[in-house]
Amino acid sequence: MKKYTGKSVYSGVAIGKISVFKRREADVRRVRIDDIEAEKARLEKAKEQSLNQLQAIYEKALKEVGEANAQIFEIHMVMIEDEDYNESLNNIIENQSVNAEYAVAVTSDNFAAMFGAMEDSYMKARAADVKDISNRIINNLLSNDSGSEIGSDKVIICADDLAPSETVLLDKDKVLGFVTAFGSSNSHTAILARNMNIPAIIGVGSDFLNEIKDGDDAIADGFTGEFYVQPDPETTELLTQKQHEDEEKRRFLHNLKGKENVTLDGKKINIFANIGGVDNIGAVLLNDAGGIGLFRSEFLYLENSDYPTEEQQFTAYKKVLESMAGKKVIIRTLDIGADKQVDYFNLEKEENPALGCRAIRICLTRPEIFKTQLRALYRASVYGNLGIMFPMITSVQELTEILAICEDVKKELKEQGVEYSDSIELGIMIETPAAAIISDKLAPMVDFFSVGTNDLTQYTLACDRQNPHIERFCDTHHEAVLRLIEMSAENAHKHGAWIGICGELGADTTLTETFLRMGIDELSVSPGFVLKVRDTVRNIDLSK
Amino acid sequence: MVTKTVTVVNAQGMHMRPAGLLAKAAAAHKECKVTLNVNDKSVNAKAVMQIMSACIKCGSVVEIVCDGAEEQAVLDEIAGMFEGGFGE
Repeated sequence: MKKYTGKSVYSGVAIGKISVFKRREADVRRVRIDDIEAEKARLEKAKEQSLNQLQAIYEKALKEVGEANAQIFEIHMVMIEDEDYNESLNNIIENQSVNAEYAVAVTSDNFAAMFGAMEDSYMKARAADVKDISNRIINNLLSNDSGSEIGSDKVIICADDLAPSETVLLDKDKVLGFVTAFGSSNSHTAILARNMNIPAIIGVGSDFLNEIKDGDDAIADGFTGEFYVQPDPETTELLTQKQHEDEEKRRFLHNLKGKENVTLDGKKINIFANIGGVDNIGAVLLNDAGGIGLFRSEFLYLENSDYPTEEQQFTAYKKVLESMAGKKVIIRTLDIGADKQVDYFNLEKEENPALGCRAIRICLTRPEIFKTQLRALYRASVYGNLGIMFPMITSVQELTEILAICEDVKKELKEQGVEYSDSIELGIMIETPAAAIISDKLAPMVDFFSVGTNDLTQYTLACDRQNPHIERFCDTHHEAVLRLIEMSAENAHKHGAWIGICGELGADTTLTETFLRMGIDELSVSPGFVLKVRDTVRNIDLSK
Repeated sequence: MVTKTVTVVNAQGMHMRPAGLLAKAAAAHKECKVTLNVNDKSVNAKAVMQIMSACIKCGSVVEIVCDGAEEQAVLDEIAGMFEGGFGE
């Protein structure tokens, strides 16, 4: 087994035989010619042919990868008619009395070198476009066809590099994936691969082409950028499984993206995503979550060596809100302590940190930290649809205190002429038995509840969830926990609040129906589970 | 000769697509010279690769110069494309 590593431009696993992409290498020689006009006419004819071919490629691409991506070939046509490019072609033919092929090859090298020397990585990658159009003209001059024939079996294409037009001309039904020695992730080839949904790895290095041959068994892992030739049985088994999982996920994506979260009898529910940082927004959008039900703000504190400033926090919150473009974003205020420790908070060592000074208890003990976060949140609120959620609530007094601090912050901002949204929803986590039991008193004070099932289970069952020795006592489906959730749901609805679940139980599809029957309005799960839960919801019939 | 100054509004600047659209539109007017003055350089608007290699970023101020047949109409058309962000 040989293993190569490159950069993945599209995920997925391709397993199959290798086909080495053979390009008809145009062998360009410098030939003296006598009839300059005839040579120019030859060039014009080859350009005309090239334009016609590009038009056909454009139309194929239009169907397969959409207009935005097909446009590259329209631009290639404009490039063939570029004044400078043509001036150079004609000058070389006239002044040196040489053949058109040579004029194109020299001009191509010059223009490609000009782009290659540019600092901007996007512009650097344009050298490949110049070469692509030039090779097409040369092949037409030589009456070559430029493509490589693929047999009837599905294959993994291996090449030094693929031009955008070569990529589009590949027969999608026969290509499992492709691997190239060179190329940049900025290249149009990479962009096209993404849109053709083909696992692709680029830049594995030039050696690999000397070490492989047609028909070799290979696996391209588009998740890691690893390419295995003659893989051993363990690798094959591992990656076959990965491929199955990925296929199932894609099937979900294909069938469920854009669909409503609605049961067979018409009950709708929101399915949101839980994330722990700005970097995860891509996954939220990819998996088609309706919003963010839990944005853990801890990362801002955990990543820093000192308290994050209001400005730092504002920038992060604004980015999330803007990226979600008006969809709900619920940000949970600082939840450190217990298993999440931050040095600069200088928290005292506790005998029992899960029952110690954590989350809202820190905020109410040190309101200046809390106020900085709230100011950043309120300021960011004008950029989207914000909800703020407070963790570890156990009493009405705590909530009263929190709401008073919020009012203070709003008043302060107003006095300073700083804008904030009037429609921010405020809510609390239901993660202590106390909060669930007095949920009738808490509900009128807030817009929503969100059940944190991990802590609620741990506190209800008196079971440390990180202690492996008591795992069998920690029944996540324990009736006591479910009753507390049901009680909270009833009380929320009685007082016009909505209720969601953002703990791990929300993604447990064996409980989805139970939650729907309780009247849970929202389930917030890891981005990767959104479509799985949607699938479950769509197969439930509550009328039965 | 007529001129107008515009600002590039495309987030990625004059990358391949807007450059191509611009060159295509400019090249359609054979009797009118179209030049862009930007970053102390003078760029032939009919040459797509010149436009691209000028590395015109978002926010760049570009002076469009049209000289020739129906120059005012050509200027309006080209300026309109810049102002409309080339449909992006």
